[in-house]
Amino acid sequence: MLQNDIGGEAYLRMLKIRHFEQAIVKLITAGEVAGACHSSIGQEAAIVGACMALNIDDYISGTHRSHGHPIGKGSDLNPLMAEILAKVTGVCKGRGGSMHLTDKSVGSIGESAIVGGGIPLATGAALSAQIRGSGQVALTFFGDGASNEGVFHESINMAAIWKLPVIFFCENNGYAAVTPALSTHGQPDIARRADGYGIPGVIVDGQDFDAVYTVTQEAVERARRGDGPTLIEAKTYRFDEHCVGLFIKGGYRTQEEMDFYMSERDPVVLYRATLLAGGMSESTLSQIEDKAVALVDQAVQFAKDSPYPEPEEAFEFVHANPIAIRR
Amino acid sequence: MTDNATQRMTYLDALGLAQREELEADPTTIMIGEDITLYAAGGAYGDIDMKRIRSAPISECGFAGMAVGAAITGMRPIVDLTIANFIYLASDPIINQAARLRYMTGGQFQVPVTFRASMWHNQANAAQHSDRPYPMFMNVPGLKIVCPATPSDAKGLLKAAIRDNDPVLVFEDNDLWGMKEEVPLSTDFVVPIGKAKTHREGSDVTIISVAGCLRHCLKAAEDLAAEGISADVVDLRTLLPLDNDAILNSLGKTGRIVIVDYAHRTCGAAAEIAAIVAEDGFDLLKKPVRRVVTPDVPIPFAQTMEKQLYPSRESIAAAARSLM
Repeated sequence: MLQNDIGGEAYLRMLKIRHFEQAIVKLITAGEVAGACHSSIGQEAAIVGACMALNIDDYISGTHRSHGHPIGKGSDLNPLMAEILAKVTGVCKGRGGSMHLTDKSVGSIGESAIVGGGIPLATGAALSAQIRGSGQVALTFFGDGASNEGVFHESINMAAIWKLPVIFFCENNGYAAVTPALSTHGQPDIARRADGYGIPGVIVDGQDFDAVYTVTQEAVERARRGDGPTLIEAKTYRFDEHCVGLFIKGGYRTQEEMDFYMSERDPVVLYRATLLAGGMSESTLSQIEDKAVALVDQAVQFAKDSPYPEPEEAFEFVHANPIAIRR
Repeated sequence: MTDNATQRMTYLDALGLAQREELEADPTTIMIGEDITLYAAGGAYGDIDMKRIRSAPISECGFAGMAVGAAITGMRPIVDLTIANFIYLASDPIINQAARLRYMTGGQFQVPVTFRASMWHNQANAAQHSDRPYPMFMNVPGLKIVCPATPSDAKGLLKAAIRDNDPVLVFEDNDLWGMKEEVPLSTDFVVPIGKAKTHREGSDVTIISVAGCLRHCLKAAEDLAAEGISADVVDLRTLLPLDNDAILNSLGKTGRIVIVDYAHRTCGAAAEIAAIVAEDGFDLLKKPVRRVVTPDVPIPFAQTMEKQLYPSRESIAAAARSLM
């Protein structure tokens, strides 16, 4: 059974995302985080379901909502949290921050705060893998909003004509910032656009880990076979505001809708029940839960204990073959 | 090929040779762009595996972004954007990704990608096919920018761009395509990025040339010589990084400077050079800095309006004369 093979690890990664995001909210409240933070709480099953279907050396690209993707792919939490706190031990040495948790060590090639920006990057990584014959695939996470960028169309079209090993994975959480997807799409199902490119389009319940994992696995196998890309649309829901601490008023979504998802469609709660029903013991589940909390606590401590970059370090990493930069 | 062998060839053939040599030498080098298997490859690439040559749909933003994705995963892409104005469609991946992915990831990636753009001004193509977009990109940290003015520099700078581990924009003057000279055949011949070249030594006035203006600057220098004015003509060759030393060394010899560029006036390459001179060479100046550039109007179609807008042999010589 699926959950016996990978369930424990999947549950741990989902919990790591949940606690990581919750820890950041506390740090923001305490005034210890600068800049914008976009939480992935509510979208953990979609993220981890997609990532668990990939190998460590497969590529992912992502979005401004960037914390979940590397955690889902298996990143060490310490450098991720240190990056959030702008420390020199951060995964990007304090040059990226919350919207850019790019971790090459797990195949992450870019978390882009330009909406849609990660889509051609992953498509190009797939082109690279195809030319090298490496057998790797690339998966790009993007939101419902990004599906209206021109580069979404351009990239899928090129992936289709060249049968590139890439999975276009839409985390449709229903809202582009505060604009409902239903008001910006001609029809509600982004995956149906796949027909226009002659590739498979799949809609999946993004709150259901097993369902996401299964459809992504099929898409990955198809890509590795050389049969080309798949467009997957995971219908999911963001529990926090678009940006933590933004406090956008205006009722762009109803309290009833939010209550429904948080009480009935919480992916972590749902997957716990699935694992329990599948035979995982309460004590095993508790151990996983304790481990996730401990790892996040450890990451926060590591980040707090780390130094900030020196001002002079702003001049490093501009070029691989450096040129003189006037101070 | 012997180290010093040369062959007379055009600017366009020199670009093609540079590309072919790099494709043959390095199996990670790939090409992507519109119409390239027909126009650029078309048999010219011999044994190159055509899976490395991608004739793309008309999707500049998409394939420029894909080239960045390929560059950070082990490839060395050459992107042919054809008409320089099309670079605006690709500017998001060039600016937001290529130029800063290395920086934003704390050095986890390098981005060895080359973007080629051919500038078709002065040929009755109107404003959407006549731009010289390099000044905008000079304002983007993380990029490098070269603009060859001779066939040898076309070969040497394009090869240097392809081999560089950073994103390099290569702006080529389309009306130089037919220009011929002896070009080094050595596959090791590269022109270093960031180094200007003095084409004519002089002591009265410095003429700084950007890109295809060089031929007019050299003719203006001949005219000036006939009048007894000795011009020092420097072709910058690279715009990012600028060769400040070459500019200031020449100014030190002459005390007068004329900066010549086909691009528009405001915030152009010439403006940056003038600022460098004002900051670091003020004490060397005997007279004010002069710019000979294109006025800030969109490029018109009718040749009666278009031709007079650009720097010419006459306008360059006149600017130099005014400083005597």
